Amino acid sequence: MKKILLAALLVAMAVAMVGAQGTTIRVLLSNHPYTEFLKPLIPEFERTYGVKVNLETYDENQLSAKLMTEFATRMSTVDVFMTRPLQEGKLMYLNGWYENLSPYLKDSKKTPRDFDFGDFAQSAVGVSTYAKNVYAFPLVTEWQVLYYRTDLFAAAGLKPPTTFAELEAAAKKLTDPSKDQYGIVSRGQGNPAVTQFSSYLYGYGGDFLKGGKAAVESPEFLAALKYYGGLLKNYGPPGVTGMSWAQGLSLFQAGKVAMWTDASTFLGQITDPAKSTVADKVGVAAFPAGPKGNKPYFVTAWAMSIAKQSRQKAAAYNFLTWATSKAMLTKALGQASVAVARNSPWSNPGILAAFDATQKQLAETASKTIPLATGYDRPLMTAVGAARDAIGPLIVTAIETGGTANQAAQAKKVAESLNELLDAAGELGK
Amino acid sequence: MLDGKLLDRHARILFPLPAVVFTLALLVFPVAYTVWVSLTNWNLTTGLPPRFVGLKSYAAVVQDPRFWSAFVRTLYFTGMAVAAETVLGVIWALVLNRNFAGKGIVKTLLLLPLVATPVAIGISWTLFYEPTIGLANWGLRAIGLQGLNWLTDRGVVLPALALIDLWQWTPLIALITLAGLAGLSLEPYESARVDGANGWQIFWHITLPMVAPAVLTGVLLRSIDALKTFDIIYSTTLGGPSFASETLNIYSYNLSFNYFRLGQAAASLIFLFALVLSFSAVVSRLRRRLGV
Repeated sequence: MKKILLAALLVAMAVAMVGAQGTTIRVLLSNHPYTEFLKPLIPEFERTYGVKVNLETYDENQLSAKLMTEFATRMSTVDVFMTRPLQEGKLMYLNGWYENLSPYLKDSKKTPRDFDFGDFAQSAVGVSTYAKNVYAFPLVTEWQVLYYRTDLFAAAGLKPPTTFAELEAAAKKLTDPSKDQYGIVSRGQGNPAVTQFSSYLYGYGGDFLKGGKAAVESPEFLAALKYYGGLLKNYGPPGVTGMSWAQGLSLFQAGKVAMWTDASTFLGQITDPAKSTVADKVGVAAFPAGPKGNKPYFVTAWAMSIAKQSRQKAAAYNFLTWATSKAMLTKALGQASVAVARNSPWSNPGILAAFDATQKQLAETASKTIPLATGYDRPLMTAVGAARDAIGPLIVTAIETGGTANQAAQAKKVAESLNELLDAAGELGK
Repeated sequence: MLDGKLLDRHARILFPLPAVVFTLALLVFPVAYTVWVSLTNWNLTTGLPPRFVGLKSYAAVVQDPRFWSAFVRTLYFTGMAVAAETVLGVIWALVLNRNFAGKGIVKTLLLLPLVATPVAIGISWTLFYEPTIGLANWGLRAIGLQGLNWLTDRGVVLPALALIDLWQWTPLIALITLAGLAGLSLEPYESARVDGANGWQIFWHITLPMVAPAVLTGVLLRSIDALKTFDIIYSTTLGGPSFASETLNIYSYNLSFNYFRLGQAAASLIFLFALVLSFSAVVSRLRRRLGV
């Protein structure tokens, strides 16, 4: 009996060891057009490096929650993951969950010679740099754009709006609820709406924070709320306060809205005939100017990093440099219209020549937006999640009342809770 | 080597051991750990390790107006959903207790919502409730009514969510009641009929009291479940618009996975735990008073 047990144990151990010889890494990515692009190429990586990749994908908020929970319990088996520097970067850094990538970059044995880290946009590297060390490689930039229906604009004799006043006039003209046709959609669900409201806010000369304190009580902030609320209540689809990007995308793909302001990432999905009923009737324009100027956001939306507690760091770093390599990100821009955070793909003549009309328009909005841009689309603080939840109701109320409510008292309360959050993290007044 | 004697001598320890280990690992430990976390100031946004702070997290939670709104909403949602499910479920059970053609098929159909995945239900109902392209408003308009903003109107969202719960869980009450009905003796009915009682009197004075223990069991199970509803709300509204459908469980989820205030989240969950526990105690006492 004893001998049988022992033999069984030995067999089990042998099997386990054979299994362990091939390296396996666990990679967590967000449901993003970049991930859609990368997924079919992963077998190529597995063949080249002899590493098996276990891929999991999640929506952005679930990804954050999953990563944080795993890291906080210190039992995580995550090796490589996508991360939002503006949303969770500071928190991850403070808790020591990112691997410091600077030593790898200095080591020519680890980093491929043609990786060319200097090719990443400087500002994009900056948001993942703490104490002069790089903790994540930038992947995707996003800026706010206006998607519009070329057929409806032509029929109404309209040109893409360049100011908020023109935007509202166009939205008004293109709204016809009897035909289920609405002028414009943008995010109205509190927390997710904060980032897409930001460009409207900047157009009114407002900001979330000023001098390290909440600025949501300012006349500029209230004016932006009034405009955004009125626009979406009067010319937006019903139920807009429940909408994030996914709902806006579906409505645009279904041909129910004439305009959509959201991140630049979605072009590929609205021009894909398999997904969109209006694929050949889409135009992209730069975000219009507000009464106080044109300062739409332009941010590093996603980066990729290695988990500090990963036990397969060498393989993980291979994956990281492969997935963010020049060749890969050039392909991502060319094939999937992913706005990559490297400079060279954007000046690659082969890529530019192969662009179709809408891709060219998208590239134009980028070159128009970059010189004006604001480098963040949400309050820059550690407790971003709580701050977005605090600000969200202001936007929801503005939409519910069509911008007619006096929101000063509500804004005052929100300002108080934002200041409490800043204070708790030692960021108040800084 | 385990010989027979050893096994015999320690059987009273060995046999219950798996159950004891299971209970300790999966029930006692998580509750005890949650209590411990609730007594700390663990907050991931500070980057500091947890520190014992006594009841401070509890104080922070009860001072948050969102906690109390969520508390009231939890009771409102549960009361609304379970009351409607109980009435409808008992009616269903009475109908199914009769013999009619196709009874088997009806019973099977009734079971379908029970076995569906909650998140899939949430996603389907989100489409159903979509104000522009959804079936619910199409139906309302077809009978000449105005469409509703089911999931984004603050006044409508909780009843709309309760309706999903109703759709999914009424069959459970019906099945439990049906089991209760099946076990009833026929004698009281015969004597009632001899005494000239009508159908309603028979139901009210005989069937209902006799089947009450089964119905109460269903109510207890459903209430405990409804008090901690998470998946349906999370997959439809995330607690919105502006927290108008945020229940205690969603609130605790936000505290932990959105704000990373793990101490406060644990404290809020202990309140939910106490709520569920006291509710069970009340219903158990009720059952004992009814003499069952």
